[in-house]
This record gives sequence, structure tokens and C-alpha cells, in this order.
Amino acid sequence: MANAPRTPHVDILRSPLGRARGLGSARAGAAHWWTQRITSLALVPLTLWFLCAMIRMLGATRDDIVYWMAGPLPIVLMIALVIATFHHLQAGLQVVIEDYVTNDALRIGSILLLKGLSLLLALACIISVLRLGL
Amino acid sequence: MRDVRDALMVARNTDGKLIRRPLSPHLQVYRWPVSMAISILHRVTGVGLGLGTLLLTWWLVAAAVSDDAFARVQWFLATPIGMLLLFGWTLALFFHFFAGIRHLVWDAGYGFEQPWYDRTAWAVVIATVAATLLLWIVGFAVW
Repeated sequence: MANAPRTPHVDILRSPLGRARGLGSARAGAAHWWTQRITSLALVPLTLWFLCAMIRMLGATRDDIVYWMAGPLPIVLMIALVIATFHHLQAGLQVVIEDYVTNDALRIGSILLLKGLSLLLALACIISVLRLGL
Repeated sequence: MRDVRDALMVARNTDGKLIRRPLSPHLQVYRWPVSMAISILHRVTGVGLGLGTLLLTWWLVAAAVSDDAFARVQWFLATPIGMLLLFGWTLALFFHFFAGIRHLVWDAGYGFEQPWYDRTAWAVVIATVAATLLLWIVGFAVW
């Protein structure tokens, strides 16, 4: 019976209802996944550097911090740290919200709020670093 | 049926009867293997570190704004509550750091097999405690 005709069928794993409702992959999942990995990879050395720097800055006055931040390395690495941190944060927290918030309006609203807040906090940090270091 | 997710829960059993598909067992059913605790803590510490960025932002903005503002944040961080927050922040940071590296190793395709799956989980716990204590010992020595 090896040559028996196969029953007509469709090789698709997605339910017809799922297709009709348009829920499912927006084809952007891999990009989001990569964002999380790449920012985490960048944060490995940046975090270690930041912790070492903070240990050395213990008890520092504001003038000490201004002097330190004016160095070519600290100002660049601090801004890199801030960008990587907040980018990683908004990507990670988005997944947490998507996992637990089932109400559409609440989910989309809180994700937008998260992204907006992350961006504002990151900008506040970057501008502060520039004010200190420039 | 509320939506498509509900619709996908409907199926027929072997008798052809319409049934609701069973859900897989949920969290409270399992005993707690170390890998599960680490997985949940990775998410919890991630959220905690998100709150911690508020502290970082406050510190940076205060340093950039004025002597008074900077004195206030430095005063707060030296209070018992401030120290506790900082300690929690370093603990969460090291945990998320080491558990994150474990995730990156998995992403490269390694470390899924026992006994390494559990061994690396314990390594994360040990490294977190050791690194946090080391940081604070060095911190107090330098301060």
C-alpha cells in the first residue's frame, strides 16, 4: 500500500479560527528575542565596570563625580550602560506584562506606559551624565 | 466562548464527545526543583531591578542638578532603608547577572542536560551570595 494516494490534507499547524482572528505571530518575535540577548551581552561587562566604579566612588563628593565623569571612558560607558539597561528593561518587562495581563486595553496601555517611562528615565539619565561630564 | 484562546480549548475525546481540553498542571502542583525557583527568581529580580533604575536615575539626576539634591540622595542611601535597598539591589543584580549568563549558555545550545542543569542552577545561587558578600566586604573596607 506504499503507493496509495494520501488523504487530501493541509500542512498547516495554525487553526483556521486563529488565522481568521488574526491573532498570533506578527513576525517580530525573533527581533525582540535578539534585542534581549544582545543587550544582556553588552550589560555583562558594563555592569561589572559600573560596580567597580561605584565601589571606587563610595563617599565621593559631587565634585569628585563631576571630575570622574569628565573622563573620556566614564562618560561613554555610563551612557552605554544607561541605553543597554533601559532597552533591556523595557524588552524584558514587556514580556512579563504580555504573560500576565489578559485584558487587551490594559495590556497595550501598560506596555505603552512602560516604553514611555523607560525612554523618559533613560533620557533623564543620559542628560544628567552629559551635564556632569561635559 | 470568550475569544479564540477559549475556542482552541474545545476538542473531542476518543468517544467523539465534545470536551474542554485539560490544562497542564499549574505552579502549585509541583514540588520546587531548584531550576524552577531560579527561573521564577530571574523574572522577579528583573522586575525588582526595573524599580532599582529609579534609584539610579534619582542619583544621576540629583548629582547633575545641585549640591542640595545630591546631599539628599546621599543621605537617603546611608539610612538603614537606603542601605537595605542598595543591598537588595546588589543581590538582585548579581542574581539576574549570573542567571542571565546561564540563559546565554542555553541560547548557545549547552547546559540543558542533567546533571549540569541543576548544577548550574546551584552555581547561580552560590555565585550570587559570594559576589554580593564580596562586594559589600570590599565596599565597607574601602568606605
